[in-house]
Amino acid sequence: MQTQLLLEMAAETIGDREAYTTVEGTLSYADAFHRAKGGAALFHRLKGDTVVFLGHNGPAFPLALFAAGLAGKPFAPVNYRLADEDLRKLVARTAPSIVIADGNMAARVHGIDGVTIVTREAFEAACDDEDNHKEELPFVDQDIAVLLFTSGTTGDPKAAVLRHGNLTSYVISTVEFMGAGEEEAALVSVPPYHIAGISAVLTGTYSGRRIAYLHSFAPDAWVQLAHAEKVTHAMVVPTMLARILDEMERMDIDLPHLRALSYGGGRMPQSVIERAIKKLPQVDFVNAYGLTETSSTISVLGPEDHRAAFSSDDAHVRARLGSVGRPLPSLELEIRGADGTTVLGPRESGEVYVRGEQVAGEYLHKKMLSDDGWFATNDSGWLDEEGYLFVEGRLDDVIVRGGENISPGEVEDVLRLHPRVRDVAVYGLPDDGWGERVACSLVCDGDVPSVEELADWVKSRLRSTKTPENWDFREELPYNETGKLLRRVLKSEMSKGVAA
Amino acid sequence: MQVKPGSRWRSAVDTTEVVVVRPPKGEVSLECGGHPMVALGSDAPEGLTISPDFSAGTSVGKRYVDAESGIELLGSKAGTGSLAIDGRPVELKDAKPLPASD
Repeated sequence: MQTQLLLEMAAETIGDREAYTTVEGTLSYADAFHRAKGGAALFHRLKGDTVVFLGHNGPAFPLALFAAGLAGKPFAPVNYRLADEDLRKLVARTAPSIVIADGNMAARVHGIDGVTIVTREAFEAACDDEDNHKEELPFVDQDIAVLLFTSGTTGDPKAAVLRHGNLTSYVISTVEFMGAGEEEAALVSVPPYHIAGISAVLTGTYSGRRIAYLHSFAPDAWVQLAHAEKVTHAMVVPTMLARILDEMERMDIDLPHLRALSYGGGRMPQSVIERAIKKLPQVDFVNAYGLTETSSTISVLGPEDHRAAFSSDDAHVRARLGSVGRPLPSLELEIRGADGTTVLGPRESGEVYVRGEQVAGEYLHKKMLSDDGWFATNDSGWLDEEGYLFVEGRLDDVIVRGGENISPGEVEDVLRLHPRVRDVAVYGLPDDGWGERVACSLVCDGDVPSVEELADWVKSRLRSTKTPENWDFREELPYNETGKLLRRVLKSEMSKGVAA
Repeated sequence: MQVKPGSRWRSAVDTTEVVVVRPPKGEVSLECGGHPMVALGSDAPEGLTISPDFSAGTSVGKRYVDAESGIELLGSKAGTGSLAIDGRPVELKDAKPLPASD
């Protein structure tokens, strides 16, 4: 099943309903489908096998996504925040291709071999041009819906392949068609080149929930748009949530229409989510865990789970606020040992493996699925007795000290509870005696606490083997633009320090 | 008939349209309103009428399964005819939507 059928179904069933909104205006589902067909005619006519999208959020993004599907050309949104040289290198890899570029970005990719540039304005005009609606387009049997360059916290970006079947399987197995009420609106602020941006278009369209786009994330603009558009649903990454809460307090704006807030894309500090639950008592919180390679969400901690954990006296139940909930019923999930085959039991830490129709597990020219369909996520985690999944971070980030596996997130959570600690990153550094030792970089508010005090803080809550031995204080920590902490950067900086 | 994943079909006797979400094992006759469906975009034989035994209707956005052949269909357009595989009525697949996560 192809992704553009999701829009076709919405257009035929609830065509008049508002679909995508920005400050520039709103498109209905019927409008959007009509225009996407116009855009598809343009893509069909132009040379280029792939449609690249270089631009901010807005209705042009879903239009280009669906138009590419209708034209049978894979859709590849790229990161406009890359440095010019990296961006050009990435776009060159997509040739022969058509690039839809925001007016102020087009010059950055000018003159690359095999790349045809269409400005966003020209694309939108083509969508609306009646000449592009005169002929039926031929059906193209194209399997690949989306090429998504992974954020590349390690090494060069890889092009993850998402097939129409992976994406539509995720949508129809998790979303009720037209399940959203007419008053519902989702605020989308994640960028188009993030898997959550893609899945938001598809699930929003299928559920009939209007999408209000923010061109790009800024906390004050987010709060204002959420207020003005009477937003009922939103998805944020952890770094956004703390800044949104700050901004709500600073501007003294409440969000009475907000009903559901989902978060994912990184570890949520427990202190932030507890603050959010107190500040927004009417809101249903959803923690979603997923990867680009799995077509978005594979595990969900739902609103009831949040409430039960938040109010429980049982330490095991309360701890679930730090879990990513339970795997979707439409897929299978296992924790496996270092040999990659032994399936581990409850509370045993290993690598997260997943299997199901939405799991693409594929890069261009490189299938990563095993013969029986399992995908190794490269994430470390464990399940509790009730099947709640706790993700400890990337396998490479787990610190192995004298044979003991130490999750950086666990140590970070404890340090973050210290009243003076604003932000923290824990990582391993090479150690002659233990293989690796625990190190950390901290951002503190006010007077910097003594290392002794901080070490005692950790030791009394965890144990001495998990207590950092290297302490590095700085003004801020390095994050990539989608809010992922760049531990690798700290690790390599600090490793040099150790060697010197 | 050959029923490929992702292929789209329409009823010969009503407005129902479906898309194949999961293909059947082997060949099957995909029917709606008591008559074989036709590939979307091709002509249906004329003069057929809907069978009362297969007139419970098909909904848009609902998934239908046939355990014996393993086929799974998604209603992409509603109609008055109901779906069947080799004469066996399909079953509505119970789907529990998840809390919105994106």
